[in-house]
Amino acid sequence: MVGRRWWTPWLWLAPALALLGVFLVYPVVDTVRRSFLDERSKSFVGLDNYRFIIDNPQPLVSDTHSALLNNIMWLTLFTGITVALGLILAVLTGRVRYEAAAKSSIFIPMAISFVAAAVIWRFMYEFNTDIGTVNAAVTSAGGESTDWLRDTGSPQTWLTERGPDTMPRPIQINNLALIFVGVWMWTGFAMVVLSAGLKGISTEVLEAARVDGANEWQIFRRIIVPILSPTIVVVATTLVIQGLKKFDLVWVMTGGRAKTDVVATLFYKEAFRVGDFGVGAALAVVLLLWVLPIMVISIRRFQFQEETR
Amino acid sequence: MARRHPSTPDGSTVAAAPPLTLALGTARRLAGRLPLHLSLMALMVLWSIPTIALLVSSFRDPMAIASSGWWNAIREPFDLTANNYQTVLEKQGMARAFFNSVIITVPSTVLVILVAAWAAYAFAWMKFPTRNLLFLLMVALLVVPVQMTLIPVLRLYSDVTINAELPILGGRIFGTGSYMGMWVAHTAYGLPFAIYLLRNFFGSLPRDLFESAYLDGASDLRVFFRIVLPLSMPAISALAIFQFLWVWNDLLVALIFLGGEPDLAPMTVKVTNLVSSFGTNYQVLTAAAFISMALPLVIFFALQRYFVQGILAGSVKG
Repeated sequence: MVGRRWWTPWLWLAPALALLGVFLVYPVVDTVRRSFLDERSKSFVGLDNYRFIIDNPQPLVSDTHSALLNNIMWLTLFTGITVALGLILAVLTGRVRYEAAAKSSIFIPMAISFVAAAVIWRFMYEFNTDIGTVNAAVTSAGGESTDWLRDTGSPQTWLTERGPDTMPRPIQINNLALIFVGVWMWTGFAMVVLSAGLKGISTEVLEAARVDGANEWQIFRRIIVPILSPTIVVVATTLVIQGLKKFDLVWVMTGGRAKTDVVATLFYKEAFRVGDFGVGAALAVVLLLWVLPIMVISIRRFQFQEETR
Repeated sequence: MARRHPSTPDGSTVAAAPPLTLALGTARRLAGRLPLHLSLMALMVLWSIPTIALLVSSFRDPMAIASSGWWNAIREPFDLTANNYQTVLEKQGMARAFFNSVIITVPSTVLVILVAAWAAYAFAWMKFPTRNLLFLLMVALLVVPVQMTLIPVLRLYSDVTINAELPILGGRIFGTGSYMGMWVAHTAYGLPFAIYLLRNFFGSLPRDLFESAYLDGASDLRVFFRIVLPLSMPAISALAIFQFLWVWNDLLVALIFLGGEPDLAPMTVKVTNLVSSFGTNYQVLTAAAFISMALPLVIFFALQRYFVQGILAGSVKG
């Protein structure tokens, strides 16, 4: 706008900047500072806290390597599966008469609190086939009952020197079981946001493609996905971040036992249970560093949006 | 999002194709739709099973829950009971807790949308130095875990707590143990995601719309309320639902910032206290879970039409 004064944008931003400054920026700066101090935040220790994360000297108390590996699994599997399912569901539900019912049944898990979800999924995964739904289904299909949340003993220390001979099975079933609960809860989110984007695609464009003889797969691949890609990026970014800082679900379901710790739960344990605020803060900073690639992608996308609109 | 529509030279839309082609297409599509229905139904069932299990369990006796699977309850002569719901609802202060949850959640949701929409509008349609840098910082803040901020913020709160009773609603005016303190905290924690989501939607609105409005002499406020907000209703209603759910189901922020003030405790805190050791109190928890789900689901169904009908598709016609 021509007549805009230089301070107009700042007026629009002020409430958000003030709140973010107090509630997020200030604590982050404080945490970064503490990550270079000892456990009581008294004296400077340099990079010792970060060395603790890399060397993993206490794998039995706080297994930093396992937590890092689990975070990568959450990041990739949780995000990938949820986005794919959400996209498929957003497209499919838009084409049936019972759209509202279909969407609701997928969305309802989002409305369940973490505590309730944890309770129900501990029942679902229960070893006893008289109680556990999953194992009841597995055994009636001819499989063997599995203790889904137990430490299966698969080595997760392949980042240490013991690595090579224990390489083959670094992934534990209990982490996959937890990730599935995450997928169950978050698919509704992906579906709803993608569906909101999908509604923005005019029906004429799709009708025109159909009349021109395009099949449904071509329409999905060539029209829906490209037009929807900005929304897909938003959803994927949100889910990557959710996967990164996943805390509640792991905390209420396993408490991080049996090698299911992720960086956020380990941070909480170190800072509030073990009482080593230095290592806790360093773990939190590690989480922050992982967002750098996302920032690069975002800035590219926004530059692109600026140029093309 | 699509904004330009192909149209035939005489101005009619392409949907007006010869009837024969349409009829053939419909028949083909009907035959091809069977797999669509089957896979969709399968996913719906799979996704509903845990919720149904939770629902059935909430009507069962504690002994029955621990000894047999939930599916037995709907197969055998029904041994269902409403006792669990009675236990939860009769608990002292449950009505107050429900009221508290509403008082905490509704303003937090509205505030997040307003503050984030202002900021997102500035990020999307105003030019100012450090815009990209600021936005990047915003994206970075998405990843900050709430647990990390609790101690520093709590320390700040205890310095600014106003120790006077808030009229009508109760609690302190601001700081720990106050509704206003909760609103501000939840708004702040919700902002990065809200700004990120809205910036994306606002940014994808067609430039022509803004330029013609500015040329007509419309002010920023007018453009914001008359163009941006109405056109973003699908995104805003989606955001409203998520923010509502996150605040409604929040336990951590309430535990820390309400500081054990029993009169202000929302449902989540009340239920957690009720289920002192939830390893042995599944039945109370399952019933409480359904009671606390009721309102969010009503909101979901109320707002659903906004993103189901696709207001955006209809309103941005060139």
